[in-house]
Order: sequence, then C-alpha cells, then structure tokens
Amino acid sequence: MTELSLERGLQAFRDEIDAPVAAFFSSCVHCGVCAQACPFYLETGDPKYTPILKLEPLRLVWEREFTLWGRLKGLLGLSRRVTDEMLAEWEELLYDSCSMCGRCSLVCPVGNDIQYMVRKAREGMVASGHAPEGLMGASIRAVRTGSPMGLQWKTLEVQIKHVETSTGLTVPIDVPDVDYLVLLSSMEIINFPEYLEAITKIFDHAEVSWTLSTECFEATNAGIQIGSKDIAALLVERVVKAAETLRVKNVISPECGHAYTAVRWEGPNLIGQSYPFRVFHIIEVLDDLRAAGRIRTEGKEDDRLSLHDPCNLARKSGVIQQQRNLMDLVASNFVELKEHGRYQWCCGAGGGVSSNERAEDLKRSAFKRKKAQIEEVEPERMVTMCATCRTQLEEGLEEFNMDIPVVGLTEMLAEHLVDK
Amino acid sequence: MIDSVDFLLWVKGPMFNIALAIFALGVTIRLVEIFVLGRKPNYAEARGGEWGPGLRTMVTRSVADPGTFQRAPFDVLVGWIWHVGFLIALLLFIPHIELIKSLLGVGWPGLPNPVVDAVTAVTLVALVATLIHRLRHPVKRHLSTFEDYLIWTVTFLPLITGYLAYHRLIDPYPLALGLHILSAQIFLIVLPFTKLTHMFTAFIARWYNGAIFGRKGVSS
Amino acid sequence: MAEAKTLGEHLREQGVSRRGFLKFCTATASLMALPPTMVPAIAAALEQARRPSVIWLSFQECTGCTEALTRSYSPTIEDLIFDFISLDYHHTLQAASGDAAEHAREEAMRANWGQYLVIVDGSLPGPDANPGYSTIAGISNWTMLEETVEGAAAVIAIGSCAAFGGLPHARPNPTGAVAVMDLVHDKPVINVPGCPPLPMVMTGVLAQYLTFGQIPELDAYLRPRAFFGQSIHDRCYRRPFYDKGLFAATFDDEGARAGWCLYRLGCKGPSTYNACATMRWNGGTSWPVEAGAPCLGCSESRFWDAGDFYKALSVPTDFDAGAVLAAGAAGAVIGGAAVALSKRRARNEATHRAPVTVDELEQKQ
Repeated sequence: MTELSLERGLQAFRDEIDAPVAAFFSSCVHCGVCAQACPFYLETGDPKYTPILKLEPLRLVWEREFTLWGRLKGLLGLSRRVTDEMLAEWEELLYDSCSMCGRCSLVCPVGNDIQYMVRKAREGMVASGHAPEGLMGASIRAVRTGSPMGLQWKTLEVQIKHVETSTGLTVPIDVPDVDYLVLLSSMEIINFPEYLEAITKIFDHAEVSWTLSTECFEATNAGIQIGSKDIAALLVERVVKAAETLRVKNVISPECGHAYTAVRWEGPNLIGQSYPFRVFHIIEVLDDLRAAGRIRTEGKEDDRLSLHDPCNLARKSGVIQQQRNLMDLVASNFVELKEHGRYQWCCGAGGGVSSNERAEDLKRSAFKRKKAQIEEVEPERMVTMCATCRTQLEEGLEEFNMDIPVVGLTEMLAEHLVDK
Repeated sequence: MIDSVDFLLWVKGPMFNIALAIFALGVTIRLVEIFVLGRKPNYAEARGGEWGPGLRTMVTRSVADPGTFQRAPFDVLVGWIWHVGFLIALLLFIPHIELIKSLLGVGWPGLPNPVVDAVTAVTLVALVATLIHRLRHPVKRHLSTFEDYLIWTVTFLPLITGYLAYHRLIDPYPLALGLHILSAQIFLIVLPFTKLTHMFTAFIARWYNGAIFGRKGVSS
Repeated sequence: MAEAKTLGEHLREQGVSRRGFLKFCTATASLMALPPTMVPAIAAALEQARRPSVIWLSFQECTGCTEALTRSYSPTIEDLIFDFISLDYHHTLQAASGDAAEHAREEAMRANWGQYLVIVDGSLPGPDANPGYSTIAGISNWTMLEETVEGAAAVIAIGSCAAFGGLPHARPNPTGAVAVMDLVHDKPVINVPGCPPLPMVMTGVLAQYLTFGQIPELDAYLRPRAFFGQSIHDRCYRRPFYDKGLFAATFDDEGARAGWCLYRLGCKGPSTYNACATMRWNGGTSWPVEAGAPCLGCSESRFWDAGDFYKALSVPTDFDAGAVLAAGAAGAVIGGAAVALSKRRARNEATHRAPVTVDELEQKQ
C-alpha cells in the first residue's frame, strides 16, 4: 500500500517547477511589497505571513536542484534541505494563511505570480502528507460521495421540488442536447437555495434550454483547494463525463469562485485536453443574455448597494465588467468599494481556508480588511456572486455587529424580471 | 611595486575581461536555466492573448497601483528614486557612455555632469534610506538574508566610489577611478549569483505574470 | 668644482635685474603654494645659495628632457638658474668626451662627496636584464648609477623614463627597463616626470632645493607636491565644459572649435598630475589641451600602456570581446545541460509517480 511521503512531496515540487517559477524565484529581491497586498499579513502584523516566504520549500527545491549555483551551494552545505519538519511548519503558511486570492501576484514589482506558485507548492504539501485535516476530509468526501459536504442527490431533489412548487416551473433534469448544463455547489444547495430558484426563473424568462445532471451536480473541487491535481482531475472528469453524456454545448459554473477556476482554467489541463464544450460562470451567461436583450427587468433596488468581487472570478478569471452591467440593470444606488475589480480585497475564506477549521482565527483576521473596505463606503447591503464569499461576509459582518445583509447577484436579478 | 596606476591599469585591462566573462557566463547560465524549463501546454480556452499582456506587464509593473502606493509609499517612492538614479548615473554619464560605445559600438547623448552628480547624491541618500528601512521594517527584516545586505553593498559601492572619484575625494585619482571600476566589476561578478539577476529576470517574470493573467483576460 | 660665488652674485654678473629675480621668486613661491610673504625669504635664501655640483646621467632616454630644458626661444631665468648649478657632467652638453668625460664625473664626485646632486634622465636595464642594452664608456647604466649615487645628497629623476620607466619600460619592455626609484633606496629620490617635464618645474624643483636645503614635500610617486599636487583636469581652463557636459566628439567638430572638453577624445587630464595647465609651455605660450590635443597623461607611470591615447579614460584598455562571447556561449551550454538534466529527471519521476489517492489522505487523517 502506498503512502504519502517527503520524497513524493519533493517529486511533486520538482514536477511543478517550470520556467515561470524559475523566473519568479530568480527575481525576488525581498522587497516585502507582497506583504502589503496580503490580508493575512496586514491584519495580523506577523511578518511570517509575507506571501513570498510561504514558498520557501518550493524555492529551496528549485535552488538546490534547478540551478547550478544552488547545486554548488548544496554541495558546500550552504543551503537548507527541505525536511518533513520544515513542511510541517509551512503547512500553516501555505494553507491557513493563504486564500490564494492572488492580490500579491498583482502588486509584486518584479512580477512574481505568487498565487501561481502557492497552487504549485500545495501539490508537494499534499503528496508529502502535510495538508490540513479539514481539506483532506473535504477531498475524501468529494471523491467518495460527490460532494465535499457529503451532500446527496436526494437532498438536491428536495430543493428542486421546493423550487418547482414555489415557481410553478419545471427544473429540467438530465435533458440531453440542451445549451447549458448547470452545476451547483453544495454550499449553495444548503445555505442559498434561492440561487436555484433564481436561475430557474431567469432561464425560463430568457428561454434558455438547460438542465441539471443527476450524474454530476457538484461544481466545487476540493482537489484544487487542497492542491492535488490527481484528486482535482477525478472531480473534473465527472463534470466532463456528465456534459459529454448530455451533449451540452456549455457548462455553467455556479456562484462559486474556485469552482469556476477549477472547471474553467484548470480542468482541461487536469485531463490533458480541451473540452468539447465551453465553460461559463453564471454571471457571464446572465450578462450575455442581458446584452442580447433576453432579460427584461423592471424597477430597481434603491438602497445603497456595494459589490464584493470574488477573487476567483475577478482577479483570477477576468469577470469584472459583467457583474457591473447587471448591477446597473437592477440597482440605482450602487457604490463601488474603493479597491475593486482586479484590485479587490479577499474576504479571507477562499483557497480552502473556509474548509480548514484550524484556520478559523486567521480567517476572521483576514476578513477585517474587507470589513474596513465596506465601512469606508457604508453600503446598506452587499452583493456578491460566490457562495463562500457570501457566507464569509455574512458571518463576518454579523460578528462585528454590522447590520449589512449580503445578497447574491443572480437572485437579486431574478426579483426584477418582468412577468411574462 | 603595485601602485595606484598599476591597479588602475589592471582593472581597466585584464580584470575587465575577467569580470565581463564571469558576468556573461553567469547570466547566460541563469537565463538558460529558466528558459530550458519551459511551460506545460495549456488546454484551457484562452480569454485573452499572452504576448500582448506579457509585454504590457513588463512595462506597467514598474508603476505601483494607487493602493500599494498608499500602503507602501516608501518602497514605491524610494525604490523608484534609487533605481532611476542608478540608471541615470550608469547610462547617462558621459564617461560611461564612452565605455559602452567602446564595447558595443553604440552611444547616446549624456546628461551634464552636475545633473548626474546631483542624481548620484540623491541615489546614495535613497540607498542608505533603503538599508535603514530594511533593518527596521518588520517584514523586510524578517525576509532579509546575508545576500540582501551583500547586494546592497555591491550596489552601493560603485555609486559611492564613483561619487568620490568624481569629486576627487580619494587621492590619488587613479586609485579612486580604479576602485570605482573594480566595484562595478564586483557588481557584475556578483550579479549572476545573487538576486541582482532580477535586472534581467524581473522582465521575464513580468512577462510570464502578464501572460498568465492576460490569458484569463485580466490585465496585470 | 663648485664655486664659492653665491647665486645673487652670479645673477648680477649675468645682468639679471633685481626686479626680474624677485619676479622669479614670486613665481617660485606660488608654484610651491607658499604665501607671498615668503617671497623675500625665498629671495634671501636663493641669493645666499651656493652653486651645488650636479652630475647629470643620461641613460635610456631620447634627450627630449634636456632639449626641453635648454632650447627655449630666448634665454630665460630658467637658463640662468642653470648657470648656477655647477653642471659637472652631462654627456650631451659637455665638451669633454671619452675618458675625459668620465674623469670629470669621478672628479666631481670626489670633490663634492656627500654634497652633489645626481640628475638622471632615462630608464635603465634593471638588475635582471642584460646590462649590454645600455652602457656608457663600457660601464653599464646600473653600475654607473650605483657608483654615482653612493656619494650623492639626493637624486632627481627627470622625465618619465627616469621616474617611471617611460617609453623603454612600455610593453613588452625588451630591455627590462626600470625606473631610478626601483634601484635607489638609500638616498632621497625626487621624481620630476613628464615627457618631457616642464622646464619651469625642473628649475622650480632645484630652486626649492636650494631655497630650503631639503627635499620638498613629495606625493606617493615621489613627485614634489608643489608641482604635481593637482591634476590637469582640476586646473584645466576647459573644465567648465566638462562640468556642463559639453564635449568635443571629434577633432574637427563644432565642440572642438568651440574649445569644449576633450574627455571623449581621450584626454587623461583627470588622472594626470602635472602643472601644464597652470604654467604652460614655451614661456607660457600654450599647452597641449589649449592647442586642442587631449592630455596624454605623460607624467603618470606607465602612460604608454594606459590604453589608447585617443580613447576616453573610462574605456577598458584591452577588451576581449571573443572571450566574453565564449564565456556567454559556455554559460548557455552549461546552464542548458544542467537544467535539462534536472528537468528530465523530474518529468521521468512524474510519469512513473503514484497518484495521490483519497486512501492515502485517509491514512494521514
């Protein structure tokens, strides 16, 4: 029986090292500006959370094995060796204190994509057995049950019945040859059932042909969060198989940030080929429908609304203008947070932090950055389009006794549809 | 007898070739080490190009976003001042241009010496400030290794010796000039083996950053 | 053969006016960076000075130094000053030749043992070189120098050959030429370099020696600070152009005609210590930079080997582009091979690796 080991971790590191990684490590001048982009450093003030330092194990492997100078240094005993102890120490830095928000990647003066490397470094962490328990649990459940929360189709079926009763519409299930296969996230199914109801209404309104799949309804990918391409590939393959079975043209990722990056950007590389279908985030689809005049709305929200851009959607996927177009459609008093779009601040829960119970305190600290941003513009409600962000915002704001409800953009849009 | 003229002739003669050869050897090793690694193929449908955004980021990353400027004004401002100052002193001082012209065959107009002198003075002050900042800022202090102080020193030395030579504050002058040239050679020799390589690799890093983000439709 | 006449007496006999003499003393004071109040003291000291015996040894030299000293347009005070040293041996200038000449030297040495000055122009084959490269009356230069210096009060090395080896010492130095100071260690040596040195500097050094009866203050190269204390660059009348960054790029461009700085044309003024810029040549008529020629740095050691005369001071002397390119190419090969190996190993490992499974994760939980 095989076992996770330091050697497997080192192998994974080696396999992840490519030209960008080498260019990035060659360029770091220890200026520390990345720390100024990291909510975990800024809100704790602890310099050990400086983003580039979180990559020290990967950097050591690169230096010792992929540079001549580093090899010489290694022979002379001048450089540190990556050990199990070291990786154990770095587990907190690579998981608990990093939401892979990618903000550091956008401000590094020499252009280091630190987030890109954190993703890679996690491969080695998993393979060496140094991943947080919470994420291991989520990965096991995701592979074994199809959902990181252990959710079954049965539960979703109840929700579907509920939606059908309240809307009088039919939720299409396993309908082949439609335009869109809609995926969901377990968190939405449990915490925000409004979402399914909203898209049912909107797609009916815009006459979109879509379906859910009993074979695969889950879009989230615990493998991406824990950083294992093997596990991530297993999960993505389910999506691909479902889409291929139903011969859909497009797959819609739900209001969930990492699920979108997992299916949209990582998926094809995990399975080693391009998809026979296209992948969209629900916000992209809605904005396309808006642009095509297929969504007609009436009335606008007139309270002061602001928008939280999920990192995975905005900074890491380039979906920035779409949500603003949709906001304009339904909100008359929309105010931007000071730093938004690609420069937005993370809610603190992404990158697996929210599935990692141990990181609870850090997650709460990191949220303070978002809280400060929200306080600056004093909105009456926050709008977002990621279930993880939404949960974090709701819990965080409540904890600080701020009476600011958080709504999903899709459901807000659904409320303003013109009756047919 | 090794006197200052012998010393000057040595740094202008054999040592110059030694330093430049080590520099050329080291830098090509470092660059080839990066490029040979390559990238794995990317099968995800691109939202944007790679080359355009990559080239764009190579330039735009020189300017900090307003938020970063607000949070780290010292790093941005002083970093800019000394980098620009260093480049002006390096590339726009007439004697340096003559040197470059003799090596590469291309030259360009320089700045009046008093301007370069003033810029150098400002650069020296800025560099001292960066050292103090490095010693005092919690993140920088935590990040810093021996190498950081080493490269600060080898960066500072050519400037200070150049300044002293220009103002003829080291006597005799051939010694001053020799020390200045030697310190520049030490800089060149140390460069490939330290993070001074960022002079070259930062632009590669920026290109990859711009390309990775650009492919996803984000201008980084 | 030193005479009992004082310098003052001698000058009056030569018809030099008191006024002319004081003018010389003033010039000497300013050269030596002494305050004007010192002029009467200098005049008094010089008036009372006795003519010292001087033995002038010419070795591997071109006689340019002697020419510079003697062939001025009209007799000047410098010439006269020479009238009051007793130049007892100078084989270019003396009438005697052969044995008689050598006897004059031996006689001067005997008569003024411990008192006389030895002036040397020209370098000489060093102790390890073939002495046959330069002999006088069958005596090797080195033997003659050793012999003559033994009873000298001081040695003055005139010209860059004597001071630093000069042209004979230039690469590849076939005669193994060395400078006087490389061989004379037990007597004071004063270097008066230049190719040739300024006549006024030669006489000034003598005047200073006569005035104070001691060796003047010297720099690291044994040059009198009074004359070699400042660089050409620091006293150059074209310096304002350097400071403004106005340079002649060729010998016939607008900048050259406008008299701009000659740095880019190879002027070695910044690294050259001499008094040309202040004292000038040919009775103060002009000097090389004023004539539009970059300073060659002739008063510095090894100036012949210090790179192209017409290339800027900052330019390396023998840049080897081939070696640098070869190093670059070697770097590409070494770096490429080393990393390709690491990369292959990593990819190889990756293809044979066991995937991470949830069973394995479970074990760790």
